Amino acid sequence: MLYLPGNNPNMLLRGHLFGPDGLVIDLEDAVSASEKDAARVLTREALRRGGFGRCEVTVRINGLDTGFWRDDVAAAVSCGVSGIRAPKVESPRTVLDLDEEISEAEEKYGVTRGSTKIFCLLESARGVWRAYDIATASPRVTAILPGGEDLAADLRAGRSKEGTELEWIRRMLIVAARAAGVDALDTVFPRVADDDGLRRETAFVKQLGFDGKSVIHPNQIPVIHEIYAPTEKEIETARRIVEAASAAAARGLGAVSLDGRMIDAPVIRGAEYTLARAGLSAEKV
Amino acid sequence: MEINAAKRKIPSRIEGYGETSGKLYEGAFARAPSGYRAGPRMRAAVPNGKSKVTGSIKEAVIASGLKSGMTVSFHHHLRNGDFVVNEVIRACAELGIGGLTIFPTALFDVHKAIIPCIQSGVVAKIMGSVNGAIGKLVSEGKLDTPVVLRGHGGRPRAVMSGDARIDVAFIAAPTADRAGNISGRTGKSACGSIGYAFTDAEYADVVVAVTDNLRSFPISPVSIPGVYVDLVAVTDSIGDPAGIVSGTTRVTRDPLRLLIASHASKLIEASPYFTDGISFQTGAGGIPLAVTAFMKEAMKRRGITGSFGLGGITGYFVDLMREGLVRKLMDVQSFDLEAVNSISADPNHIEISADWYANPWNRGAAVNMLDIAVLGATEVDVDFNANVNTEADGALLHGIGGHQDAAAGAKLTIIAQPLLRGRVPCVVERAHTVTTPGEVVDALVTEFGVTINPRRRDLLDAVADFAISKQTPLVPMDELAARAREMSGPMEPIRVTDRIVAVAEWRDGTVIDVVRQIER
Repeated sequence: MLYLPGNNPNMLLRGHLFGPDGLVIDLEDAVSASEKDAARVLTREALRRGGFGRCEVTVRINGLDTGFWRDDVAAAVSCGVSGIRAPKVESPRTVLDLDEEISEAEEKYGVTRGSTKIFCLLESARGVWRAYDIATASPRVTAILPGGEDLAADLRAGRSKEGTELEWIRRMLIVAARAAGVDALDTVFPRVADDDGLRRETAFVKQLGFDGKSVIHPNQIPVIHEIYAPTEKEIETARRIVEAASAAAARGLGAVSLDGRMIDAPVIRGAEYTLARAGLSAEKV
Repeated sequence: MEINAAKRKIPSRIEGYGETSGKLYEGAFARAPSGYRAGPRMRAAVPNGKSKVTGSIKEAVIASGLKSGMTVSFHHHLRNGDFVVNEVIRACAELGIGGLTIFPTALFDVHKAIIPCIQSGVVAKIMGSVNGAIGKLVSEGKLDTPVVLRGHGGRPRAVMSGDARIDVAFIAAPTADRAGNISGRTGKSACGSIGYAFTDAEYADVVVAVTDNLRSFPISPVSIPGVYVDLVAVTDSIGDPAGIVSGTTRVTRDPLRLLIASHASKLIEASPYFTDGISFQTGAGGIPLAVTAFMKEAMKRRGITGSFGLGGITGYFVDLMREGLVRKLMDVQSFDLEAVNSISADPNHIEISADWYANPWNRGAAVNMLDIAVLGATEVDVDFNANVNTEADGALLHGIGGHQDAAAGAKLTIIAQPLLRGRVPCVVERAHTVTTPGEVVDALVTEFGVTINPRRRDLLDAVADFAISKQTPLVPMDELAARAREMSGPMEPIRVTDRIVAVAEWRDGTVIDVVRQIER
């Protein structure tokens, strides 16, 4: 998911061309206070115009402790975005307030009720500590994400090259996300010219179980896709699992073994997910 | 007023250029030569004769017999570091010589120093590319006669056919000896290849080598032998090394350029030419160089190697050769220090003349052997005509360079550029100037994907699957042009007068387009 500054028409027009899975149009940190209104208008025009290809489009609004967020929500929801990325979420209360505002906007602009998802950025120790409660506060919550700079500062840790300060937090968010049944998406890698560092960090969060990663520079997208793309061997194994499972189902068998390994429902789901990531649908196998 | 095969209106007579009837562009390969080459005056040097060496440029100008109204030529291998053009023109001005036609292979920003000499009449006509301050001067109609724009192949063709005569050629020589043997490989002003100077040396009536590095006879290796050279002018410095060679050429990190380059590279990979022995010219610009970087990855992945890289050579190409990804480099111009060092040391790095590189009227220029050419342009129109000469405001900005020649020679000619620069669309209904006709342009690549010239049905078929498999969309030209219009909004048309300030020749010497004076 590529962050695009909401006040940069050039990026708003072209961001999707770099092939991210999603776009996050940023009205918060990328936009200075004096440009908030202009950025919102520009973002709304860009959203109305559309043309983002296959990208899922979300908007990062300003914090609920600011005077901008209600207008941000109205602008985003009125254009039918997939989701709202909410910064600095610290409690389920914040989620509920946002949920209510979104519901009103959905009603006002004739958007299907409940269709606008919420992505919660947990950028403080309090937010992280309450990750599960936040993730389950509303059915709109679809993902939780750790913060980067703000969180490190709140932890009084500072940002290291290796990301040591966020290691435990990432592990914790995975547990909370899975327990709550939402996605865990990782924060951005700030050093845009350090492809090797990005590769290391992405491999690490993928291994932890993160479903994706946010990016702040288009050049980071291929690196992340390369790591998240299943290998030929993984695709082949997944294909065989799905084939074996559908053959078993046809014969009325619940479970089946492949290469001496028990193939049950979670293994099949994993295999289907692998095929989906490779751009192959299970039906076509 | 007549309409040529590029659908451009050309007056039947252009003041200061001449009649155009029988000289209108007819098609990229329509015109063939007949008759014999032109030749320079014969001249003999006897044993123990007069020394060729003169003490200064001014003395050389006197000794050359240069008179008012004559044509002097220069090469541009010292690029923005060149002192020779400015020094020669200044010497002419001091000697009261005027009304000169200058015939450079290209001029650079550093040459704006001759503007006062243009205004005072020392220089009356320019045959060659103009840009920057001189381009502006010409575009505003400050020169009485129109500039004649020729590409790297068209220029030697014009000289060899007699269309353009050179009275005195001043050849900046990073190394020379007293017999007039010249090399660009060594010396404090080393520039590597001096390929653009060869034809001038062979065809000018008088040839003056201008050097700041006179070595004992004989030097080796020799690029231009002293048999062509009349005089050797020795001066303190022929150029500023900082302006002659650039630093290490790095691949851009600009995401938009990388995206365009990646699309172009995928098109090349999907084309039938991506096989062992592939040859390419990709130049030194940001996008073309990035295309080379992506192609390098693809070549490694697919296990293929190239036969040669052509044109202006950078350190990046030198690395490709060292890694065994191309076997040879054919170098008409060495852009950076790595290229200069390589051409001096490696016999697989071949110095070629502009004639050998690109002339359409010889027995086969190197461009004819090209598979792939990746080029830029300021505009491409819906007929795939490319404009590299004028800017969005109609002012002369760039020379033709090797654009026409590489496009005409290559089996797959790609123009790779963003759809817009700032707010200015690069894909337009009608190009302000046609430099290279759509007849020799096969594909346009922008950040929005690949647009293939419908003339190339074979190519469309070859890449039919690649839109889905490689995430590089195929975009029809009308869709792309509509998108450019939508993004830029209405543009103010460029307002020009009837007066012609430049004539662009196709490589065969026919008039492909004219540039008119900007209305102020």
